[in-house]
Amino acid sequence: MRIGVVRFPGSCDHRDTIAAASAVGEAVELWHADRDLRGADAVIIPGGFSYGDYLRAGAIARFAPVMEAVGELAAAGGPVLGICNGFQVLCEAGLLPGALLPNISLRFRCVDVRLEVSNPRSPFLAAVPAGAALRIPAKHSIGRYYAPAGMLRELEERGQVILRYAPGESFNGSVERIAAVSNAAGNVMGMMPHPEHAVRERDGSADGRLIFASLRSAVAATGAGAAAGSGSAR
Amino acid sequence: MAGRRARAGAVRARVLIRPKAGILDPQGGAVARALPALGFEGVHEVHVGRMIELEVDDPSTVGAMCERLLANPLVEDYEIELLG
Repeated sequence: MRIGVVRFPGSCDHRDTIAAASAVGEAVELWHADRDLRGADAVIIPGGFSYGDYLRAGAIARFAPVMEAVGELAAAGGPVLGICNGFQVLCEAGLLPGALLPNISLRFRCVDVRLEVSNPRSPFLAAVPAGAALRIPAKHSIGRYYAPAGMLRELEERGQVILRYAPGESFNGSVERIAAVSNAAGNVMGMMPHPEHAVRERDGSADGRLIFASLRSAVAATGAGAAAGSGSAR
Repeated sequence: MAGRRARAGAVRARVLIRPKAGILDPQGGAVARALPALGFEGVHEVHVGRMIELEVDDPSTVGAMCERLLANPLVEDYEIELLG
């Protein structure tokens, strides 16, 4: 399995993401100006401050050439995971519903959070044992998930809310404590916490490994991937 | 750019972007709480948005620019002023 990790000018978590992804497959760095995904079966958009967060977080990155290929992979059912800034980029690109707004405190916070599984059927949680909660750090100033009431109802009904902050731990003020959502098809997910920073016991938690381990089943479930990633979608 | 004439053939446009009504605006709230501390009483609502000024050849395209990039219509309202 080949996992493409997209790097924009201003990305900063691509190294940890590549290291974490390398434990479950062959990780390759993709540059924002690339027009294809170098054969990647799955794509991760890592955290950071793409294009300096100018205008709005993720607003400029969505127009990067590589995003067209990411959109093709997503349309073909291939797994696409956005972490933190990656989540913001996927929302701006319209690949995920909703938006991320400044934390209610207006402050950057870096904290370990406990996450509840909201939809255990998500392919991105395939390796998470039933009933388990995850402990993963979050670090951001723009992470308050928002969706208008009607959209929120649809997300809940369709099982697109994938992870929630445990009660009392939704420090950013996200609606319904939402930490991760998927698209309707389930093959694109965005999450604010950083699984790539929790992969060894010395990180304080190794629960993030479960998200990366799930990528293999996510790829198997879709059967998409390389065909779309090579630039010849479908 | 303010106070300057647009280049020949171009039109100056100003886009005002603000959080949609009903969406919590913690920046506005922080400013609203700071004003009484300075002795400015009687301030009831503060909302913080942003302003973008452009010089464009075709002002009819500014609406599409707002929809696609300058604003996020899901969470922000925008208003376009043409300054000539």
